[in-house]
Amino acid sequence: MKALLTLEDGFSLYGKSFTGAFETGGEVIFTTAMTGYQEVLTDPSYCGQMVCMTWPLIGNYGVSAEDMESDRVHLRALLVKECCKQPSNWRSESSLPEFLQRFDTPGMEGIDTRALTRHLRMHGAMCGCISTKELNPHVLRERALALPPMQGQNLVPFVAPQHPYAWRNGKPAKTQFSANGKYLWQGAGLRLIVYDFGLKWNILRQLVVAGFEPLIVPPGFSVDAAKASGAQAVFLSNGPGDPATLTEGIVAIRMLIKIFPVTGICLGHQLIGHALGGDTDKLRFGHHGCNHPVQDLATGRIEISSQNHGFHVVLRDAPDVEATHVNLNDQTIEGLRHTTLPVMSVQYHPEAAAGPHDGRYLFARFHEMISAAISA
Amino acid sequence: MEARILNFGMANDMTSSNAELGIILREAKEYGFSDRQLAQMWKRPDSDIRRLRKAMDIAPTYYLVDTCAAEFEAYTPYYYSTYESGKELVPDTTRKVLILGGGPNRIGQGIEFDYCCCHASFALRDSGITAIMVNSNPETVSTDYDTSDRLYFEPLTFEDVMNIVEQERPEGVIVQFGGQTPLNLSVPLMRAGVNILGTSPDAIDRAEDRERFQAVIHKLNLLQPPNGMATDIDQALEVAQHISYPVVARPSYVLGGRAMSVVYDEEELNVYFAEHVPNKPDYPILIDKFLEHAIEIDVDTLSDGKDVYLAGIMEHIEEAGIHSGDSACVLPLQSVSADHVERIAFQAKVLARELKVRGLMNIQFAIKDDELYILEVNPRASRTVPFVSKATGVPLPYLATQIMLGKTLDELDPWSMRRGGFTCVKEVVLPFHRFPGVDILLGPEMHSTGEVMGMGSNFAEAFLKSQLGAGQILPQCGKIFLSVNDRDKPFLPEVGTMFSELGFELLATKGTAAVLTEHALKVKTARKVYEGCPNIVDMLINHEVALVVNTASGKHTARDSRAIRRTALTYNVPYCTTIAGAKATATAIGARRDTVHVESLQEYYARETQG
Repeated sequence: MKALLTLEDGFSLYGKSFTGAFETGGEVIFTTAMTGYQEVLTDPSYCGQMVCMTWPLIGNYGVSAEDMESDRVHLRALLVKECCKQPSNWRSESSLPEFLQRFDTPGMEGIDTRALTRHLRMHGAMCGCISTKELNPHVLRERALALPPMQGQNLVPFVAPQHPYAWRNGKPAKTQFSANGKYLWQGAGLRLIVYDFGLKWNILRQLVVAGFEPLIVPPGFSVDAAKASGAQAVFLSNGPGDPATLTEGIVAIRMLIKIFPVTGICLGHQLIGHALGGDTDKLRFGHHGCNHPVQDLATGRIEISSQNHGFHVVLRDAPDVEATHVNLNDQTIEGLRHTTLPVMSVQYHPEAAAGPHDGRYLFARFHEMISAAISA
Repeated sequence: MEARILNFGMANDMTSSNAELGIILREAKEYGFSDRQLAQMWKRPDSDIRRLRKAMDIAPTYYLVDTCAAEFEAYTPYYYSTYESGKELVPDTTRKVLILGGGPNRIGQGIEFDYCCCHASFALRDSGITAIMVNSNPETVSTDYDTSDRLYFEPLTFEDVMNIVEQERPEGVIVQFGGQTPLNLSVPLMRAGVNILGTSPDAIDRAEDRERFQAVIHKLNLLQPPNGMATDIDQALEVAQHISYPVVARPSYVLGGRAMSVVYDEEELNVYFAEHVPNKPDYPILIDKFLEHAIEIDVDTLSDGKDVYLAGIMEHIEEAGIHSGDSACVLPLQSVSADHVERIAFQAKVLARELKVRGLMNIQFAIKDDELYILEVNPRASRTVPFVSKATGVPLPYLATQIMLGKTLDELDPWSMRRGGFTCVKEVVLPFHRFPGVDILLGPEMHSTGEVMGMGSNFAEAFLKSQLGAGQILPQCGKIFLSVNDRDKPFLPEVGTMFSELGFELLATKGTAAVLTEHALKVKTARKVYEGCPNIVDMLINHEVALVVNTASGKHTARDSRAIRRTALTYNVPYCTTIAGAKATATAIGARRDTVHVESLQEYYARETQG
């Protein structure tokens, strides 16, 4: 079925649908990751975005239940050069088109993804529409122009959970609290409250490996409730949208920092930045891929990281904060910590999924910082 | 996809007004089907597909090669073709020349052409012309990002080159620096209206086409080894009978000496035909007289169409019959008489003028019984061009490019650049170590995968250095094992004497030993493999032998002595498989070690100018 992609500035590419009829819109971004399309699809951070994979052949190894990063597909649409309809892999449980159709997500192929990427690189990420029904670029462009820009959008409510949950045997599980709000910890490690703004499951898997027992809570979980739960530390997850819109969360974090050791990844890192007096800016076309070089300023070591963020922290007026990691492509901040309090976070994804495992040491570093803070 | 294309061809009208055709044609091109493949599938001439594509505006666009999917702006001017929507090539209106490279390196087509293409690019850039390289081999220097102004990573085919020409509109295309691959494109490109710089495609064709070349030879009153063609064994036997054995047989459709063989009698010719002749009447077998024990001469010339500069006359160390790419050679000449040199120079000049060569040309001669035979003429840069350039200090491809741009030899004056006063040996590097089980005998089929150059104040020093460079560590003393075939036996005493005088103990199989003893040489007899233990192979394994001289020609003898050569290779015993090679080796061993020293090319050049 013929399909059209039109960006808000009029840039258009014809292709075809591999998931049936559709019409949708959102911010168009590209990711340079060569594999990991299933992780991209199920990563809640992509909520509201149409993602172009720069790697030309997508879907070769199918999809598998083990590679889910949440329980569903979050992005608006997947844009590829060519979708492989007959996957070949022993782990594969279904094909990419079937998977997208199950979650009612459009997939478009046959477009010049390199031309699209170049356009976004030169003109910045912007909104766009895809349609199988409206094939007139002028009409579709009007629809793209009517879409809200990513800046100023709070997308957390679309992906965050309503209730607390636990993580057992690699799956979400029910939780039990006593009458006074104390959570029944299993005693499986450091007691950690994980605020879920659109969490990737691999973060939980890695936290467990590092020796934490996570209790996952919704963004509205109050500071008092956190205190009452009996937790020893707080972790702030990744998530979609513009961090500056989460004003309530930023206020809560300012309080949490006074009570708990706090760590965070991605959106969590941006919120910590805000809470400590910093700010966030939109990147031109974002960092989305598996090959971003990051330097750990403490050790000088360079790691290749998995990244997915459209905003970044700027420390204009935050005297108590120092950068711990920096992106070597554009020198933006990739990690920070408080100079006196047990607070640290990273912008990139040490849990990878998909991507290199260079950054996994950070979970141990989180554990180390929290253990030291508790025993002090 | 392939089935869809095939079916479409059967069911549809192949005209540019057919919209369905446009869709499938574009899709086929996106999937990478070449015009030629489509032409074969649709049973139409190649040119039809190109015409249809043009009529339907289906042409590739050129994208930049970068390291991360266009995420970052790329500054290296590498391009590849793709049937896509964007446009990344910025058109310009500078003076431009396209250089066609050699494509993938393979045996017979190596780095020599890379050298030539680099120098062509330098010459163009120094003349203020945009140098555009076309080559599909990223492993070469000519495809480095800073060698040319723009680089296209594209196959060297008519379709791909024409697509680039239509994009770039260069003032000319250089075909003579990339070996045979681009040379073969010269006529089709010319017919498509492309300006070929240098020697005209017609002249190239006159040298390449067998019949047209014979006419040239005849016209100029030159000599070729007797030859003929055959499509079946009966005809072949007749031709071979007529020109007399031994003969060289080779299929007409292969290059680089593949499936080429020296045949000594009827029986061998029968075997050859049984092994090599497919039922292809279009491709006859070429049969040439094999000139045994002839001296082979390689000549590289530079010409502007009128004047001719004889860049290098090289003498092969191995005799004719060993593929020229596998033979060591020396410059200046060692054993060729002044009269022969004069005749070689004269014939080379006559040929260059007749073919109106503008640029480089290579001629292979053979001297046998005072006759000068022309074996081959290639109106292009040959594999010896880098060697000659370095051995004489004259940058041949650089000057050839300037000639193509309109300069004359008179203006360039290569004669004044020429350096001398030293001897240079080009030796080949053979890859036998990497191919267990392969026989190491040299023959008309090329085997070498590299070459080294040795420079010295005399032949012995230069040859010694070349052997060291090629990985043969020559011994100073010890036992030398000799085993030669009957044809080489007359030359045996001379070789035996040379080694004996150097203090080597001679060791030989019965037959060879008898010949040596006859000539009053002291020799020990070694057992052949089937004569029991300990035999020569055991001695090789026990490191009792310092050097092996083992020659064989003809399939049968070759098989008998194969175990010896394989063992020598496996146990790193230096070896010679030709009499000429053995003589040169003896000379090198005799070189006074204390006078051998290492100097740079610049030092050699400088010393000569001072002297």
